[in-house]
Amino acid sequence: MNSADRESALSGRADFEAIAQWVRPDAQVLDLGCGDGSLLRFLKDKRGASGYGIEIDDAKLLASVRNGVNVLQSDLETGLSGFESGSFDYVILSQTLQAVRHTEQIIREMLRVGREGIVTFPNFGYWRHRLQVFLGGHMPVSRSLPYQWYNTPNVHLFTIGDFESFCAEHGVRILERAVMDRGRIVSLWPNLRGSLAVYRFDKGQRP
Amino acid sequence: MNAPDSVGVVVAQKAQFDEPLHLRSGAVIDRYELAYETYGKLNASRGNAVLVCHALNAAHHVAGVYADDLQNIGWWDNLVGPGKPVDTEKFFVVGVNNLGGCHGSTGPASINPKTGSPWGAEFPVVTVEDWVAAQARLADHLGIERFATVMGGSLGAMQALQWTIDQPNRVAHALVIAAAPRLSAQNIAFNEVARQAIMTDPDFHGGNFYAHGVVPRRGLRLARMLGHITYLSDDAMAEKFGRMLRTGSLKFNFDVDFEIESYLRYQGDKFSDYFDANTYLRITKALDYFDPAAKYGGDLTQALSGARAAFLVVSFTSDWRFSPARSREIVKALVDNHLNVSYAQIEAPHGHDAFLMDDVHYHDLLRAYLDNIDIG
Repeated sequence: MNSADRESALSGRADFEAIAQWVRPDAQVLDLGCGDGSLLRFLKDKRGASGYGIEIDDAKLLASVRNGVNVLQSDLETGLSGFESGSFDYVILSQTLQAVRHTEQIIREMLRVGREGIVTFPNFGYWRHRLQVFLGGHMPVSRSLPYQWYNTPNVHLFTIGDFESFCAEHGVRILERAVMDRGRIVSLWPNLRGSLAVYRFDKGQRP
Repeated sequence: MNAPDSVGVVVAQKAQFDEPLHLRSGAVIDRYELAYETYGKLNASRGNAVLVCHALNAAHHVAGVYADDLQNIGWWDNLVGPGKPVDTEKFFVVGVNNLGGCHGSTGPASINPKTGSPWGAEFPVVTVEDWVAAQARLADHLGIERFATVMGGSLGAMQALQWTIDQPNRVAHALVIAAAPRLSAQNIAFNEVARQAIMTDPDFHGGNFYAHGVVPRRGLRLARMLGHITYLSDDAMAEKFGRMLRTGSLKFNFDVDFEIESYLRYQGDKFSDYFDANTYLRITKALDYFDPAAKYGGDLTQALSGARAAFLVVSFTSDWRFSPARSREIVKALVDNHLNVSYAQIEAPHGHDAFLMDDVHYHDLLRAYLDNIDIG
């Protein structure tokens, strides 16, 4: 794949659209690992959303400031202790969950700080990924997983099936799901045919 | 010829205020002058004004040089000028010497009209709130209804923060750099040692040294040496001086052995030549008293609940005087109020003084933020 493909895969315009459809107008959002701030910018322009991005990287932080969005320099791995409980409508983790070391902690923190969580991630169960492992004998490299095994920021690769089991085990209620491949929604056999998954969830009913 | 990015030769001006200023202490100053400088042009909508607030030892000379003193470069000249992050092609920049200062504004060394001699010890204790009130009058004088930005580092940043609380409708953006929402006990302790150095100098004469024709030079010198240690990081000092010896060998006496001793003595001497001891006392008190949350039982979130500005908060990793954690307290209070804020923690080795340094990422960040500001 060329670098333009890689960039468009990483900026994830397809998942931006799905997220924008779910986010209600004028919502308060917190975008974890906001990169250059383009999702926040998109939600601000499309939905009148406001809020903050969190970013650790200097260059990306600068890009977010240039993009005219609020960005706070902080390390996600240290948690969201600077934020009061229930202070956001949505806490978003766009194409970052697979790069976060403490998955349980971050999901728990998302649902403490936000009323709902939204995550997007590359589906390791996508058929091309499976083929590369089973037939090619190599870790997959694709639009949604553009890295080589030795330079990837991803520390946990998982499938749609894995994520749904995780939610069931951790009392996380899935409210909506969109699975896509190359910008199109996939409804049939999503764990096989989808390269990118987008979920909206909350804490569910407490007994 | 001037470098293309300097504002060039500048002229300090004075504004006279005859309406009494009621200070936080209860004291009243009937009449006062403020020394200030401006760079760039106020645009037609008067929406491009930037107020630069100074910290402990600086004043209104923010950028450029004086015609009769080309070596006297403004203290934030690396940041303010045509094409610089605070671009004087876009912004009308105002620098002001605070009330109680010693660079031209009314202060302890000025003549008290009631007595005909210098104010000295009689000059009241001034606070950050008082400075903001006086700066607002200067804004009136200059025809500025609302600043596009109020900015500063350290104590200057505290004034920017206070502006957003006291004058919420008169400030669109605040740049709060290397700040703290209030001083810690350790911060106050350092200030108190500095004040004691000055007040116990026999030449201080209870603050009325002007009449004796002397200056408490030893006290000022110690105060500055102490202050300087807190502005630098351990690493920056190690890098710059290490254990380097002045003459290459130990002298076995109490003269200067190490380069750091020589440096501190030089800084102390230089400072005692130009800085007023009474001003130093008052500025350190203003730092100690700064605590906008105090009125709200220590709740900074509540203190900032009336603020309307957008903020850029910047801290420096090696700043142990006002560490990044102190800036994060401010950020948290702003986020709790859902105010627009961006926060950057700059990787810099210089300690507290980093806010004055020419760091590429730091300046890129300020430029990016300021470029997006709408000036009408």
